[in-house]
Amino acid sequence: MSNFDFSVFTFELLRSFVSTGLIFSVELTLIAMVGGILLGTLLALMRLSGSRLLEIVARIYVDGLRSVPLVMVILWVYLLVPLLLGRPIGKELSAIITFTIFEAAYYSEIMRAGIQSISRGQVYAGQAMGLTYAQNMHYVILPQAFRNMLPVLLTQTIVLFQDTSLVYAIGAYDLLHGFEVLGKNYGRTVETYLGAAVVYFVICFSLSALVKRLQKKIAIVR
Amino acid sequence: MAFQWDWQVYLNDTGSGQTYLQWMMSAWGWTIAVATLAWFIAFIVGSLIGVLRTVPHKGLQFIGNAWVELFRNIPLLVQLFLWYHVIPALITPMKSLPSFVLVVFALGFFTSSRVAEQVRAGIQSLPRGQMMAGSAMGLTLAQTYRYVILPMAYRIILPPLTSEAMNIIKNSSVAFAVSISELILFAMQAQEETSRGIEIYLGVTGLYVISAFAVNRLMAFIESRVRVPGYVGGGR
Repeated sequence: MSNFDFSVFTFELLRSFVSTGLIFSVELTLIAMVGGILLGTLLALMRLSGSRLLEIVARIYVDGLRSVPLVMVILWVYLLVPLLLGRPIGKELSAIITFTIFEAAYYSEIMRAGIQSISRGQVYAGQAMGLTYAQNMHYVILPQAFRNMLPVLLTQTIVLFQDTSLVYAIGAYDLLHGFEVLGKNYGRTVETYLGAAVVYFVICFSLSALVKRLQKKIAIVR
Repeated sequence: MAFQWDWQVYLNDTGSGQTYLQWMMSAWGWTIAVATLAWFIAFIVGSLIGVLRTVPHKGLQFIGNAWVELFRNIPLLVQLFLWYHVIPALITPMKSLPSFVLVVFALGFFTSSRVAEQVRAGIQSLPRGQMMAGSAMGLTLAQTYRYVILPMAYRIILPPLTSEAMNIIKNSSVAFAVSISELILFAMQAQEETSRGIEIYLGVTGLYVISAFAVNRLMAFIESRVRVPGYVGGGR
């Protein structure tokens, strides 16, 4: 058994190597969550719109992305977006685009289930009040769907946070990368990988504990 | 934009006496090999842990729950690095293991926590009377699980197990990080060498879609074979 040496975990070193990565991981998670939920809701509405064309487009988007590994999508965006724009974009920006596009597919399935869980009576009530389709969605259906689905949406966001580590494939500077650089610079990779695992675990475990509490609270209301 | 397709790139020599097409096919084989072996581990360990979480014994339940929380709350890629860098430093004989074995264990244990969650849910979805009926017949706890509970629980959770089996193929892609020559590593290296990224990526993406579809059909076949008349969509 080798001797562990955790002396690399000083405040100074963590701040200079790890904090940048942590900030990017959180930033990536939050942007992809907001963007993914917006785009995902749109996709869910398209699938439930009753228009054959919109339905097929949304279906191809969602099923297509869900049958491919995230790493593959990361590589695709990193290859294609610079080709389309005609100029290189940064790894970090590429990652943000990828995760928004990719997570939208998963969020849309959650939102679709949420919208379908609202009883037909609510839709009819909205229509009876003379609301247009958009108003009905905005004021009646989506707020309830969103509330019902909040725990699932948040759980998906925890998964998203874990998945941000996959930007490793293009070498973007995230939390894992920060620990890795620290470990390589000081020849202590064993300790820093362990440190990364502990940090991810603590963040994800506490977040999922929070979601569980929230779930209980919401369950009573319904 | 005038883009010129160049599918002949697949027939080019990689420099080691094989074409890129042959390399991609062997990479597909590695992807399938990692996923299949990891699935065996995930299924066996996951079933065991899932059962532990439902037995009437607080200590065993705690072990089962701790297992699931541990493997569910650390990203797969980080778990892979733990297997690759940290565990061999703790248990020195593991240093001689090839990285293929480590990837299989990492992916298998990661997925086991998800399988365990499904198995637990399946068992708990059964009416409590099933367990009581088992003990009323004089079966031991182990026998009740073997002959009464598990045969029904597995049938109930076949659909979520199908998506886990499809996930494991997608998740096997992290193996590129420890230089297993699977599809993603092939995609990255072939893209670099040939500069025909779009053709290469399309090929790899297609193989992933085909693999996922094949698993889906295979599980649907199993589902139709083990269907019990009168239960979960069975009968007719």
